Amino acid sequence: MSVQQPIRRKLDVKNGRVDLSHGAGGRAMGQLIEDIFHAAFDNDWLRAGNDQSAFDVEAGRMVMTTDGYVVSPIFFPGGDIGSLAVHGTINDIAMAGARPLYLSASFFIEEGFPLADLQRIAASMGEASREAGVPIITGDTKVVERGKADGVFISTAGVGVEPPGLRLSSDAARPGDFVVLSGTIGDHGVAVMSKRENLEFETQILSDSAALHGLVATMVAVGGAGIRVMRDPTRGGLAATLNEFAHQSRVGFAIEEEAIPVRPEVAAACEFLGLDPLNVANEGKLVAILAPDVVEATLKAMKAHPLGADAAVIGRVVEDPNFFVEMRTSFGGGRIVDWLSGEQLPRIC
Amino acid sequence: MKYVDEYRDGRLAKGIAATIVREADPQRLYHFMEFCGGHTHAISRYGLEDLLPENVRMIHGPGCPVCVLPIARLEMAIECAQRPNVTLCTYGDLMRVPGSHGSSLLKAKAAGADIRMIYSTLDAIRIAEREPNREVVFFAIGFETTTPPTALAIRAAAKKKLANFSILCNHVLTPAAIQSILQSPEVRELGSVRIDGFIGPAHVSTVIGLQPYRFFAEEFQKPVVVAGFEPLDVAQAILMLVRQINEGRHEVENQYVRAVTEFGNEKAQAEVAEVFELRESFEWRGLGQVPYGALRLRPAYQGFDAEKRFALVAKPAEDNPACECGAILRGVKKPRDCKLFGTVCTPDTPMGSCMVSPEGACSAHWTYGRFRETTKAAPQRRSVA
Amino acid sequence: MCLAIPVQVSEILPDDMAKVSLDGVTKTISTALVEDLKVGDYVVLHVGYALAKIDPEEAERTLALLASAGVAA
Repeated sequence: MSVQQPIRRKLDVKNGRVDLSHGAGGRAMGQLIEDIFHAAFDNDWLRAGNDQSAFDVEAGRMVMTTDGYVVSPIFFPGGDIGSLAVHGTINDIAMAGARPLYLSASFFIEEGFPLADLQRIAASMGEASREAGVPIITGDTKVVERGKADGVFISTAGVGVEPPGLRLSSDAARPGDFVVLSGTIGDHGVAVMSKRENLEFETQILSDSAALHGLVATMVAVGGAGIRVMRDPTRGGLAATLNEFAHQSRVGFAIEEEAIPVRPEVAAACEFLGLDPLNVANEGKLVAILAPDVVEATLKAMKAHPLGADAAVIGRVVEDPNFFVEMRTSFGGGRIVDWLSGEQLPRIC
Repeated sequence: MKYVDEYRDGRLAKGIAATIVREADPQRLYHFMEFCGGHTHAISRYGLEDLLPENVRMIHGPGCPVCVLPIARLEMAIECAQRPNVTLCTYGDLMRVPGSHGSSLLKAKAAGADIRMIYSTLDAIRIAEREPNREVVFFAIGFETTTPPTALAIRAAAKKKLANFSILCNHVLTPAAIQSILQSPEVRELGSVRIDGFIGPAHVSTVIGLQPYRFFAEEFQKPVVVAGFEPLDVAQAILMLVRQINEGRHEVENQYVRAVTEFGNEKAQAEVAEVFELRESFEWRGLGQVPYGALRLRPAYQGFDAEKRFALVAKPAEDNPACECGAILRGVKKPRDCKLFGTVCTPDTPMGSCMVSPEGACSAHWTYGRFRETTKAAPQRRSVA
Repeated sequence: MCLAIPVQVSEILPDDMAKVSLDGVTKTISTALVEDLKVGDYVVLHVGYALAKIDPEEAERTLALLASAGVAA
């Protein structure tokens, strides 16, 4: 006669909340991981149920990245903390010109977090991961007391492999190189801010959160070693990225404001808040510095890709001992584009 | 964006700039003070000065309410926010203004004070209604543009009988500031600051109209042109000022006709007059004591005065002795003249309010303009009498 | 403290409030300081309050002046 098995109650996803037992390492945690995370990410590695996952290493240089996601609000127009985590990590790998292979995901969940929300996040991550073709093969779960985490924080790592012969580097920009932007700026930051308390405004703007490795692959195929460096302008916006390049490559930039694509709604929202779109975060765009001989072909390839339809040349790299990013305004006068200091506070004045 | 993009048009800008170059007399200098911080910001952000001839120069004035807020008043707000049960509501611009000893509202918030950034006084009233157990204090600053919203908040609080709402009032007045500048020794006697005309504030003027400027135009024989907020508005106003100087006129003209009328917004003025009265004197950072340049609540509304409710006292606080904000606010010095500019004092580590407010001359210059060569030496030319 | 933007009234609401929009971004604001507002009017918005109506004819006149100022020989 076989031993009786306890009845395994299904997780009450609809009304249930995460509690400390879900982080304790016992059955409750196992159930949470299986019913929420494994169900959403489903692949052979996770089904094996190990603390680690193994894979064969390809020839070439491996690329690794890690990221943390603390976005608030957790759900925003066009995405959520989960899809953002997948896209952002993939993009970090892709910015090296590398092909992303695998992701890991660690969750730090606050006691009391609704299971329905957790499932929604997991589903979103699973979908983003499948769409991108980059599986989440290992992870971890921790639960902390109420008040010790803002709902949920996600930490990720990603690995990828560099194409042979490609060595992108932020110190590689040269005077005469071209600066190319893959599309409109400011969408993500504005979408997130539109849901923040005390800044309530209604808008149809969606976050541009997206995995860019497909776009990057087409660029690498055409531009090859003519691509000096790429970066996705996340926190700090385009301004921060250009200034980083300027200092790391010890050059200046000459940018044309008219050439920078901004959606009218994003421009309007920035007017409301007294923000400059140049400082607003993006999660589905890249800036590339290209050697003159590959610009035309690379730009053409970008525009043919759905995530690069609005791609444009926005300026040139110049000699400048001060490493300034100078911009000719739409008005005709000049100004510099600088890092924004501190936290971006909506300007009232 | 309608009523915005048309006034930023680069092609029209070229035309206006060419006309200014053509009409500005090469034998004289034209120094115009743009009073309003919003204009300072627009001029820098669009690089307007690049389009002007050498002999037409802009002097940045003190029309930035963040910049003229004395440290003592900021410290008062920080102290108030640290009282038990107080929720201090403030506009975002004030969060990073440095007080004495490196303090700021942002730092006080990080240390646990309940300080909330709001977009509108409507939000402060809502918070007071939603949280009746909190003492909600609104940190009120601003010129005449921003005072009517505070007046309405007081009226709403009175109507709703909100016992937990009060304001810390630092509202200031534009004409008094202009007067103070025109009467300062540097302008009146020493002539070390040459001001040939004023660009009048855009949105202050939608509220107060054109009337209050006529006194200055007549008494001090300086032309005033009220200008809209966009760079083309400012450019057109500069052209109008150049023409007035050339023709020997000193009148009040209105470039911002689409939003400013002779008498302004009389309803807004009435609301302000109902709730506020003049302070005999009020200290402005950089300008010292300014008579009848600031407002306080009328006796009927003193129940909403946080200074009284919390017995707040302004403790004397000094600016960093090397900080030149005062001189810069009066147009006597430029940001580059300050020893701290760009080294010790940057937007990340501001020493004075001119650097922390996006409209301050130092911040505007650092953020947008510091790539230009340092000021060329002022040429010896005939000044406009 | 002058940051104010021109927005279009899209809906009049009770208690001296209104919905306004700028290129598809909408916000609810107070209209207690202006009178006789109609849907379609443009106002100057500052810290959540409409401060003044924008006069479309004067706006056109300004633009015409700007354009002609650049043309005159």
